[in-house]
Amino acid sequence: MTESTYAELIGLCAGALLLTSVLTVWYRSQRASIRALALQGVALAALVAVVAVDRSEAELIVVAALVLVLKGMVLPWVLSRRPAPATGAPAPPQRGAGSAGDHGAGDHGAGDHGAGDHGAGDHGAETPMLNPVATLVAAALLGIVAYAVIWPLVAGSASPAAHAAPVGIAMVLIGFLVLVTRRRAISQLVGFLALDNGIATVAFLVSGGVPILIEFGVSLDILLVTLILQVFSRRMRAVFGDTDVDRMRELRD
Amino acid sequence: MNLVTVIVTLVQVILFAALAPLLVGVMRQVRARLEGRAGAGVWQPWRDLRKLLGKEPVRARGSSWMLRAGPLVLVLSSLVLAALLPLVTTVAERLVTGDLFVVVSVLLIGAVALALVGLDAGTAFGGMGSSRHMTVLALVEPTLLLAIYALSIPTGSSDIATIVEARLEDPSIIVSPVGLLAMAALVIAVVAETGRLPVDNPSTHLELTMIHEAMLLESSARDLAWLEFGSWLKLGALLGLVGNLLVPWGVATSTDALPVLVGAAAAGVKVLVLGALLAAGEVLLAKLRLFRVPELLAGSFVLAFLAVAVSAMVS
Repeated sequence: MTESTYAELIGLCAGALLLTSVLTVWYRSQRASIRALALQGVALAALVAVVAVDRSEAELIVVAALVLVLKGMVLPWVLSRRPAPATGAPAPPQRGAGSAGDHGAGDHGAGDHGAGDHGAGDHGAETPMLNPVATLVAAALLGIVAYAVIWPLVAGSASPAAHAAPVGIAMVLIGFLVLVTRRRAISQLVGFLALDNGIATVAFLVSGGVPILIEFGVSLDILLVTLILQVFSRRMRAVFGDTDVDRMRELRD
Repeated sequence: MNLVTVIVTLVQVILFAALAPLLVGVMRQVRARLEGRAGAGVWQPWRDLRKLLGKEPVRARGSSWMLRAGPLVLVLSSLVLAALLPLVTTVAERLVTGDLFVVVSVLLIGAVALALVGLDAGTAFGGMGSSRHMTVLALVEPTLLLAIYALSIPTGSSDIATIVEARLEDPSIIVSPVGLLAMAALVIAVVAETGRLPVDNPSTHLELTMIHEAMLLESSARDLAWLEFGSWLKLGALLGLVGNLLVPWGVATSTDALPVLVGAAAAGVKVLVLGALLAAGEVLLAKLRLFRVPELLAGSFVLAFLAVAVSAMVS
């Protein structure tokens, strides 16, 4: 692979990562932001594959496959599983039953036709704590902060991968932003996974990844955390009918 | 400026004027096929134009000269746009340089003419359409400016022809993180500017949702034909710009006959393919609620802003 192709591919992957992390903030519907997260996982896997081919390390190819399967497919699939309605309780109204144009739901934040479906399913529209435009502006500012802080550190380096490192930091910050501004448990999980993707991106861009054993360990950790939180939020939904964290301030019998 | 440049510019304008109705025909046909309808054929917009141009316009009593002049201003602004943008060639010494700010103000002239036409007859729908159009426009123009501005930073010039040339020479500009963000913002801004689906549904006359169609309600015959043609030409020229920024290969960099012919063919293919893709994407989209449109455009503005800030820091 020539130097310029390598730089272009790294740039493409980094751009896709940054774009998808802004998309997770932008999309209001949970299904759409989970889809953006899946795209981010695929972009991360592509980035790892590019680094692997450039360094000609077979180990990294395995890591790329692992990332693709875990972050591109398994985690989004776990997240997007619809929680089953609680047994014994009356079945929740079908989402989108009365709203025309449900086929377009979820694209470009348009998945909010049924504004009245709050609580009808965890996959409906999110009502963030900050209004969407303010969140987007905050995301842009975080991206700028990431570049302003990290760029002086990597500007001296000749490697194109290091030049893309601020993207990883921006992803971490934007992940944090999603984590603190969303109300629903699953949306917060999306933020957490975006944050983790950011950490992985920085690792791969700066040092060509961590040793494969640690990579396996971290991946397993993430998978377990996601599974546990998913089960937990399903339990929450079954008991309270909602996973809005704000409504769960008190302990009850 | 010499005779050859004038001829090349004329070729570009005539090509796009001929292409615009075909483009709309292709988009409608793709949409019809994907929705399981037979469709009217790709030449239907041409036939519509011919029919409308042969009819005598009926104008509301009390309407002013604006109803007559507005459509012509829109068509003229679209023709100027087709001449300014580097669609077939990137030769710099054209009549006026296709500077970013010039292009956006030409776009604005056409849009204002269209809004005045909507207001002129004093009907409720026309006024509603115009006010919505202006609201969307106020949000789109800054995004458009900022997105192209972000693209212009790596090349150091706000002349769009120079930007396209620089991207042709150094493709790494296209796939850089900044380039991707700016292109995403530009595509959303172009979709909103030309009134395509997530923002405005071009094929509806439902009074609650229409923007573009509401402004045309009072126009008929020749006036309507010019308004439609001007809007189509604007769509074609902007899609051509997006095509040349995304895939700059094929665009002519000199005024010789062969590169210009290749450039014309490439521009035609790019515009039609992009149009077909856009129409296919529209099948999957639902129209955004009007009050959600600012959110979409704010998102695209943020992308463009991020692109500008990052590229300013990096360079």
